[in-house]
Amino acid sequence: MSIARHWRERTVRYRLEGQRHRHTGEVRFPVRPPALDEDPNDWEPYQLSGLGEIYSFSVIRQAPAGFASLGIYPVALVRLAEGPLVTAQLTDCDEADLAIGMPVEMVTRRLMDTGEDGVLVYGYKFRPCLR
Amino acid sequence: MMKPQQPTGIIGYGVYIPRYRIAAREIARIWTDGQNGVPVEAKSVPGPDEDTITMAIEAARNALARAAIPAEALGAVWVGSESHPYSVKPSGTVVAEALGAGPWVSAADWEFACKAGSEALTAAMALVGSGMQRYALAIGADTAQGRPGDALEYTASAGAAALIVGPAEEALATIDATISYVTDTPDFYRRADRPYPVHGNRFTGEPAYFHQIQSAAGELLRKLNRAPADFTYAVFHQPNAKFPQTVAKRLGFTDNQIGPGLLSPKIGNTYSGSALLGLCAILDVAQPGDTIFVTSYGSGAGSDAYALTVTEAIRDRRERAPLTAAYLARAVMIDYAIYAKWRGKLVMG
Repeated sequence: MSIARHWRERTVRYRLEGQRHRHTGEVRFPVRPPALDEDPNDWEPYQLSGLGEIYSFSVIRQAPAGFASLGIYPVALVRLAEGPLVTAQLTDCDEADLAIGMPVEMVTRRLMDTGEDGVLVYGYKFRPCLR
Repeated sequence: MMKPQQPTGIIGYGVYIPRYRIAAREIARIWTDGQNGVPVEAKSVPGPDEDTITMAIEAARNALARAAIPAEALGAVWVGSESHPYSVKPSGTVVAEALGAGPWVSAADWEFACKAGSEALTAAMALVGSGMQRYALAIGADTAQGRPGDALEYTASAGAAALIVGPAEEALATIDATISYVTDTPDFYRRADRPYPVHGNRFTGEPAYFHQIQSAAGELLRKLNRAPADFTYAVFHQPNAKFPQTVAKRLGFTDNQIGPGLLSPKIGNTYSGSALLGLCAILDVAQPGDTIFVTSYGSGAGSDAYALTVTEAIRDRRERAPLTAAYLARAVMIDYAIYAKWRGKLVMG
């Protein structure tokens, strides 16, 4: 993946910035370009709370390239408090603790190290709520 | 002694400590067959997806939650560390972006071994106290490195503390005065492009840690015309469990005064986070009117000392973010093999 693509997605990944419709209040995440029948001015940047719950989860036992250092790690579909469903890694949790409906919160973690001469890629993950 | 033209204080604070710990006895098991004494009980270890930037972000989010100001109100995002993930590309740029503080913000990285965070704090006092900005964020964060088998490996840990400096009238603790003391003392250093720092063994004690801290702390007490007994709490840089207790006693502070801020026995030396994390742990329990004496230490060497007074605002703001105790309580112990893998000590060939 190119540096430019990581850079374009930084606000979405670092701080879970989505979109909100100025009139209906609908929240979208991730950000999408306006459809042909939409007025681009109707959608404004919107900072999501980072709170949600596990809608479903799985455990990755054969890590793809770039994630081998994590070993076995959980991923989840997280239903965000504002409505959207997002796929993300879970962190700071044990497999035995995972449960559908578990409250989770967003943290910004290192997603990928693209090599000694590459960039470090940061982005959202979710963990069981600290309190 | 330094005081800004306009009084300043801490309007929000936050900490971060990774959930993983390795027992010092587990490290001793590998290198000394468990025969020797250990300087701490355990140290915090960053998870495989954590570094100085990620820890700084969480500590800063906690500080913003307590301050209840929007991130874009920050005039500066300054990160003090000796383990910035990049040699060239400021951690502050990523932290500011993650917080939503940019683009109209000053962002930079500070370096002064274990007192890089307090250097940023003093600069934040100046930025706010001069009227150039209303709020400035100073962070101390480190994922400290210790050479396998070296004495530092038992204590070099990970953690972060973030302090938002603002006008004294908005503060949960006013910063009454500060002082900096610096000498050229090569007690601990890491040459460019070397992976691990080296230290001067016993040289790191008297002429380095104790001389700098006692000089800075003693002079600030004299200039303020106050005695150790005038303070409710005190915190000193914590490279191990023994040094901060010894220097406190020498200066005339009691075990009760330093108890709430003494974190090193449980999490080791968080380097740039150390004294500031101790300060945050004290703010977690302090009451309005309490006074706090803080002295950092950075190898190379120097110390910054501060006198603070807690205000009524602490009551409402404290519970807006997780307390230090919440991070201490979630400890998960790991063994040396996992530690070696996560800290990049395995040569993959």
